[in-house]
Amino acid sequence: MENAIETFDLTKQFKDLTAVDRLNVKIKQSEIFGLLGPNGAGKTTAISMLCTILRPTQGTATVNGYDILNEPDDVRKSIGIVFQQPSVDDILTGRENLRLHAMWYGVPKEIRDERINEVLELVGLKSRQHSLVKTYSGGMRRRLELARGLLHLPKVLFLDEPTLGLDPQTREHIWEYIEDLPEKRDMTIMLTTHYMEEADRLCDRIAIIDQGKIIVMDTPERLKQTVGGDIVCLKTGIADTERFRKIDSVSKVEMKDDYIVLTVRNASENLQQILDVAGKIESVEIRPASLNDVFLSYTGKEIRPETGEGGIVQRIMRERTSG
Amino acid sequence: MSRIEGIYALWLREFKVFTRERSRVVTSIFTPILWIFVFGGGLGSAVEIGGINYQVFIYPGILAMSVLFSSVFFGTYIVWDRKIDILKEVLVAPLSRTSIFVGKVLGGCTDSMIQAFIMLLISFALGVYLSPSALLLAILLLFLLALSLVSTGLIIGSLMESPEGFNMIVSFLVFPLFLFSGALFPLDKLPLWLRALTYIDPVTYGVDGLRTVTIGVSQFPLYVDLAVLAGFAAVMFTVGTIAFEHMK
Repeated sequence: MENAIETFDLTKQFKDLTAVDRLNVKIKQSEIFGLLGPNGAGKTTAISMLCTILRPTQGTATVNGYDILNEPDDVRKSIGIVFQQPSVDDILTGRENLRLHAMWYGVPKEIRDERINEVLELVGLKSRQHSLVKTYSGGMRRRLELARGLLHLPKVLFLDEPTLGLDPQTREHIWEYIEDLPEKRDMTIMLTTHYMEEADRLCDRIAIIDQGKIIVMDTPERLKQTVGGDIVCLKTGIADTERFRKIDSVSKVEMKDDYIVLTVRNASENLQQILDVAGKIESVEIRPASLNDVFLSYTGKEIRPETGEGGIVQRIMRERTSG
Repeated sequence: MSRIEGIYALWLREFKVFTRERSRVVTSIFTPILWIFVFGGGLGSAVEIGGINYQVFIYPGILAMSVLFSSVFFGTYIVWDRKIDILKEVLVAPLSRTSIFVGKVLGGCTDSMIQAFIMLLISFALGVYLSPSALLLAILLLFLLALSLVSTGLIIGSLMESPEGFNMIVSFLVFPLFLFSGALFPLDKLPLWLRALTYIDPVTYGVDGLRTVTIGVSQFPLYVDLAVLAGFAAVMFTVGTIAFEHMK
């Protein structure tokens, strides 16, 4: 099967900063592929190049079989994009935004209304279609953008931080829509996120990216297996970590704040042995390895979910509508 | 076909935004009206130029001024659209940059011409009679002026990253264009240095043409005014398509 997206040493250099450093990925059709990494890792830059917004400094890529350098128009016709920053026109209604988009993307007149109704239905905005977007909540805007991205039946959908700054309930809704797309619409999805649970929940494969480079790429399950077991967090009176290293099932010992963090094979079976070594404990927590642990084990850093982004945008929007 | 439709959709977006932000119309009409009735009316109570009341004399100049201001300032919206990322949606669509420029220019010209029509209605209040042919010529002159100046505003807008920067550059440009256009004074008795400056200001030819067709006062033959304006529009339009091609 042909790859929906394939990159060849895709690189973007901004002055001294290499935002994306020789990216090589092959994304199969109908796959949901995630770029996971902290802010500034180069995720948005990578997507921008694939969407033909930014020109790579070096290397190239194909999207839906078209070269991003030589066939940008064909690439643009094949893709849908949901940008990280809101990009719907708030002085227009939801339906008007969709209608303009349909005309820009050459959706034939005869099926335009039908398509618009269909995507409005899909994201649950039909009852608010005639309201101005400035009266929408953040979640509704996001859903409208998703509807817009799907309107012209793209072969490949790019989602840049699709649930950034949304409440858990809205996020869950959006995840549900996204999950169904590859099968129902025969779509390939590439998304960026710094939310581990989002990547874990949605993606067939994940590339963990840091400082423009892919550190590791695999299915979420296999990535978590590379950590080498479950995570056991202990709080004991004695901050001595050496004694745990002698236990066979423990593959890694770390101190974090007041906690001793152990990576343990089959933690549920081996817990007694650990507790015996630990002696008197104040608390213990066992959890399966997460993608954050994967990221941590490869980079020594954590991916910190940040909140409150988009504040600037909202401020600008207010200034604009009042000025 | 799809290209025409894309341009139509771009225009439609500008038009809808314009009709929803009525404050845009009100504020852009307000200043020229003040000029005509306060400055023109005040000075007109004491001053005549060539036997024409001063208020009537500056009316064609203020017509040009209303188009000048609204057209160049139209460029500010593209700076805002980029700042809040609305522009990205358009830039990434399968539309050529030329189509985007044409759509924006048509949108801006529509805004300016709607204001120009309102300003043309004021001729009744001033007792300026416009024959149908004079009216058509005035509309043509105003349209050429709008076309060149909307293009100018969009060129500046495509280069600027902040609305503040845009406003600063535009203030430096718009006021000289207005003051040197002879909108407020006759051109025939000017000192040489001032005359030279008025002759290189393209807006001068718009003011002169409008004066010719509305009140019958002229410095240049009408065909010269039309030719200069058409040339100016062609140059700015071409530069605009190039500027949009290179816009990030």
